[in-house]
Amino acid sequence: MDWKVLLEQAPSGGMTYLGWLASGLFWTLAVSACAWVIAFAVGSVVGVARTVPLAAARLAATAYVELFRNIPLLVQMFLWYFVMPEVIPKDWGDWLKQDMPNLLTLPFAAQFSLWEFTAAVLCLGLYTASRVAEQVRSGIQSLPRGQTSAGLAIGLTLPQVYRHVTLPMAYRIIIPPMTSEFLTIFKNSSTALTIGVLELTAQSRQISEYTFKTFEAFTAATLIYIAITMTVIFAMRALEKRVAVPGYIAQGGGH
Amino acid sequence: MAEMDWSVVWKYREALWDGMLTSLKLFAIALAGGIFFGTLLALARLARWKALSVPAAGFVNLIRAIPFIMAIFWFYFLTPMIVSKFTGQQGEAVGPFTSAVVAFIMVESAYYSEIIRAGIQSIPRGQPWAAYALGMNYRQSMVHIVLPQAFRNMLPVMLTQAVILFQDTSLVYVVALKDFLGAASKAGQLTGRIVELYLFVAVVFFLVCFAASWAVKRLQARLAVSR
Repeated sequence: MDWKVLLEQAPSGGMTYLGWLASGLFWTLAVSACAWVIAFAVGSVVGVARTVPLAAARLAATAYVELFRNIPLLVQMFLWYFVMPEVIPKDWGDWLKQDMPNLLTLPFAAQFSLWEFTAAVLCLGLYTASRVAEQVRSGIQSLPRGQTSAGLAIGLTLPQVYRHVTLPMAYRIIIPPMTSEFLTIFKNSSTALTIGVLELTAQSRQISEYTFKTFEAFTAATLIYIAITMTVIFAMRALEKRVAVPGYIAQGGGH
Repeated sequence: MAEMDWSVVWKYREALWDGMLTSLKLFAIALAGGIFFGTLLALARLARWKALSVPAAGFVNLIRAIPFIMAIFWFYFLTPMIVSKFTGQQGEAVGPFTSAVVAFIMVESAYYSEIIRAGIQSIPRGQPWAAYALGMNYRQSMVHIVLPQAFRNMLPVMLTQAVILFQDTSLVYVVALKDFLGAASKAGQLTGRIVELYLFVAVVFFLVCFAASWAVKRLQARLAVSR
């Protein structure tokens, strides 16, 4: 085993192989964080839509979830990256493919353009939104009906009931499953390597190809993934404890 | 927007069908292997013997912490190395399909072991105790009392995971194995018709997975009523 290889100068980027891993980690985090914002926002809207007393909204939301859940993530990635620019007006497609700025000026210089990054974020965000929507829906539906009725009875409108009664409870209940969705988005972001985003997994493979130190390169990336997983789990446990409603939900950390 | 030409799908029907067969073969082997080894892993995790439960938990948590693609890369790298160490053969002792199969069985067994563990833990303690009281040993109580009930409880979750597994088979694309998606990609490169081919792949996956998920939901409703 030869761990020192990671400190050797890499052939590009003006950094060591360890620098490549750091750059990969940066893009993994960047793709995941941006995708999570989309997933949380769209997923919340779709999840709420599945519970409202309006048949058209429920139907549209169900269609969204079924569509995004039943096509493999990798295929969706190709649909966004390869197919989408071809089916929109030609000028727009060409702009996406050719005129999006490259990312060489950023602190962690990347060999890909903003279009690869955008496609990966859109794909991952809208895919994860379908999963988040299911969590939000089940959180809302796990609440006793009386909560909504009581809210309406004291004169709140339905949007007010969602804003002040249903959602504050539902989001607390679904913190544990949302933690696993959050971890899933980090892991799924590796799919972006198929369209050229040099995230962590891609960088570790690239190092293995350049140095033939496959074991060291993969181990380093694996350890980083484990570190991310543990950090997220601890952070979410702390969050769960902080926002727990006394006496209602099993308090976080207590198991 | 360019003209669509769907005849390309018909022209490459044989290559696409071969790719689909590869995907289905990988799916079937990974499903059977995943459930078999997943059961063993779950039993190991629940064992009282620490030398068994700790490594099993470590393996499951490790696999679940890394991306599926990373796991595929790992086993794609490790399998030929380990096999050639045991057989003494050098080089191409195992093909890419075998490596992919090993990777998928390993990853799926970790995922399935969590489902099966939850299923076993859903069985009341009194059940194995009653089995012991009747004179059964550990193996008999597991095989005849606990596991049949556990598998029945977790059938819907296991089938849902099977649908996810079928979708995940497309990930072998990263090791250039020609599955359904790989065949479509290849045909797309040859003809420049990637739009039609990728849309076709998406529609096929959607129809299969949507129908399967719907069937699982029906089954779940029926199981719920009969209990």
